Amino acid sequence: MNDQSGVQSNIEFKRHTLSNGLEFVAECNPDALSTGLAFFVRTGARDESAELSGVSHFLEHMCFKGTPTRSAEDVNRELDEMGSQSNAFTSQEQTVYFCSVLPEHQLSALNLLSDIMRPTLRQSDFDTEKQVILEEIAKYDDQPPYGGHDAALVKHFKSHPLGNSVLGTTQSVSALTQPQMLEYFHRQYSANNLTLAMAGNIDFDRIIEQLEADCSDWTHHDVGRDIDRYSTNPDTDEITNIQKDGAHQQYIIQIVDGPSATDTDRSAGQLMSTIFGDDNNSRLFWDLIDTGKAEYAVLESQEYQGSGIFLGYLCCPPENQQTLLDRYCQLTAELHETGVTQQELDTAQAKVCSHIVLRGERPANRMFNVGSNWIQRGLYETTRESIERIEAVTLRDIQKVLDKYPLSPATTVATGPETEQH
Amino acid sequence: MPTSSIDTYQFDNGLTLLVEQMPWLESAAVTFLVPAGCQRDPATQPGLAKLTAEMLQRGCGDLQSRQLEQAMDQLGLARSTAVTNYHTRLSAAMPATRLPAALSIYADLLQRPLLPATQLEDGRMVCIQELLAMQDDLSQKLMEQLRIRQYPDPYSRSAHGTLETLQEISINDVQEFYTQNFTPQQTIISIAGNVDSQQASQSVEQLFGHWSGHETTQIQTTPPPDGHHHIEQESNQTQIGIVFPSVPYSHPDYFQSRGAVGVLSDGMSSRLFSEVREKRGLCYTVFAMCHTIREQGCVLTYAGTTTERAQETLDVLLTELVRLGDGILPAELDRLKTKIKSGLIMQQESSNSRASSIAADWHLLGKVRTTSELSLILDDLSCDSINHYLANNRPNNFRVVTLGQDALDTSAATTPDATSTNSGAL
Repeated sequence: MNDQSGVQSNIEFKRHTLSNGLEFVAECNPDALSTGLAFFVRTGARDESAELSGVSHFLEHMCFKGTPTRSAEDVNRELDEMGSQSNAFTSQEQTVYFCSVLPEHQLSALNLLSDIMRPTLRQSDFDTEKQVILEEIAKYDDQPPYGGHDAALVKHFKSHPLGNSVLGTTQSVSALTQPQMLEYFHRQYSANNLTLAMAGNIDFDRIIEQLEADCSDWTHHDVGRDIDRYSTNPDTDEITNIQKDGAHQQYIIQIVDGPSATDTDRSAGQLMSTIFGDDNNSRLFWDLIDTGKAEYAVLESQEYQGSGIFLGYLCCPPENQQTLLDRYCQLTAELHETGVTQQELDTAQAKVCSHIVLRGERPANRMFNVGSNWIQRGLYETTRESIERIEAVTLRDIQKVLDKYPLSPATTVATGPETEQH
Repeated sequence: MPTSSIDTYQFDNGLTLLVEQMPWLESAAVTFLVPAGCQRDPATQPGLAKLTAEMLQRGCGDLQSRQLEQAMDQLGLARSTAVTNYHTRLSAAMPATRLPAALSIYADLLQRPLLPATQLEDGRMVCIQELLAMQDDLSQKLMEQLRIRQYPDPYSRSAHGTLETLQEISINDVQEFYTQNFTPQQTIISIAGNVDSQQASQSVEQLFGHWSGHETTQIQTTPPPDGHHHIEQESNQTQIGIVFPSVPYSHPDYFQSRGAVGVLSDGMSSRLFSEVREKRGLCYTVFAMCHTIREQGCVLTYAGTTTERAQETLDVLLTELVRLGDGILPAELDRLKTKIKSGLIMQQESSNSRASSIAADWHLLGKVRTTSELSLILDDLSCDSINHYLANNRPNNFRVVTLGQDALDTSAATTPDATSTNSGAL
């Protein structure tokens, strides 16, 4: 993959930390056409108690509803006035607010994004936006396997917070109050729990100047998160069936433990899942998709701080559920017995490295990579270093991952019209 | 904005090659638009284009199915295949140095596919799985119905086919569809990225210059069904779709219409987002978009909302569509222009989006607009020009399709205010 080195001669990584602990990391590329900037907040579903389920995501919406100096209309209008492509998302352990702009708008974009990190959280906005969140939950609930996915995480992680639902439920969100959200906000949006990540064409010095001016008065305190390893593989493949009226297909989710975000074997884990369960030219593809036995059959690795999982997704007509699961189990057994071949590893490495290069062309993608690496692992990695990390994986590394993380028995949940166990 | 040139090459066999050189990128991307879309499905065999596209990927030239996928992965091709109404569309992005090898594979795939009879049953099952999956995708189901209410058949068709017809297709049908429709006539190849235009054209001439085939036959059309439509579905949300006629991409007024719809739906300060979601909290997803085929255009509007709030959502949507006819404000247009221009520049960061965009331009216009040309068109758009267009083409002739537990009262869509005998610019 020598020709994929990435022309990075002008690219420079820079960082700065404010006295209140707010961090700023930047991959500066003076040749880039755009600038990506994002606030990564180290908070998500795993930081919620049961009665707060869904609050991180709800708060993400509320941050766009106005600040002491801007109304919700101002926020939306200004984001459009600078021609930004902007949005936000919440996951198990991050809430990310991002926008891409042309370089000349980077200072105003930063001014706006930093302002909405200190939202007003007005009661009337809270009440209206709650309706939007409930609509969002209703929408996803109409899209199987949404409910199955949440149920599988709960079944796998049991009472551990990594099993928490990002959206929450209709009940939990309905019961949330504005004071609860305010308290959660003060606890989690401490300056030292936020990182500003930027990539592309960046005026680094002026950004620091503005960051100091806009954010140095943000308060800070210790924000904790328990990231001890949590291993929960089940003893059996016993299926939990969840009936979904109106669904036509049967959706099966399997979860087993995998490498965490900081484990050195995460690259091997990623390549193993590519070889076994990528959506194209993988073992699952040739056996189950190419033959039309399943609509989809994929295995993905999902890394968290301290823990990780491999997630298997299968979909087929309801009457084929058991046949498909049996075949899936045979395939995992074969993988554990015989390992993978050098040719499979070479192909997976070529595939993953090419995707790193293609994604790396856009500052918006680099911004996510830089920010996520920093808050999950506390490190910066160039495109070239990411490629080298993937290329360094050997057959022995893959075998070690297979030995350490058996794909069976797995936490198994099925959802669809089928309720009978076969 | 970095300047890129777009070169056009017409080959004797009817093939068109478009090349946009983007020397600041590391990647290259290629798109093939072959006139083998589902509008070419025989009336008795919906799904044939889809199954043919599926079979096309099961080996070509000297490569069996697995060897083909292996070769593509070794080159690091991020690839996709889709059957649209007009085309079978293949595309791939890759590190730029891999382009010659990738073109060589696609030359075999398009001209020398194996279409192996032994794999027909597997291919058929793949198509059936995709058809079944569609039934759980409620918003896609709705959008397909909206197209059926707006465009004449076969321009309104989707590629999935039916369970019955997919079961009946034979390998001879697939081979015949391939022979009739995979022809260089009207095929467009677009390449964008860090490539040399001359070299790319030489490669394409060498690899595709001897490709031969007939011109595809004329399409006969039948008009769409009239009226509103409800599909019963057990679901939390009611999917609401409204379609009304507009102008196609090739029409001189297209950007007036696009500007008006942009005010309605582009960005978080747009009218629909503000009125339906922000002020009333009626839904999570709401949008309107210009949709175009070569011959016609329309505006598609969508919202998904829980059953008990669906009527109010439909009423607010219709109010906003009708209000658009009263005109837009200068500040709304200024925001939209900045947003679209910014998007045009960011498109220059992606070889894939440029390859796809120039191919679509050629198909719809018979020429390609550079990003600089598009920028000039935007500069010329004014509030007056859009309002003039809207005054003469008020949104009307709405057709409402809903999918969910209960049918809605659609009388607001058929009041004299909302519909007139003037059918817009068409």
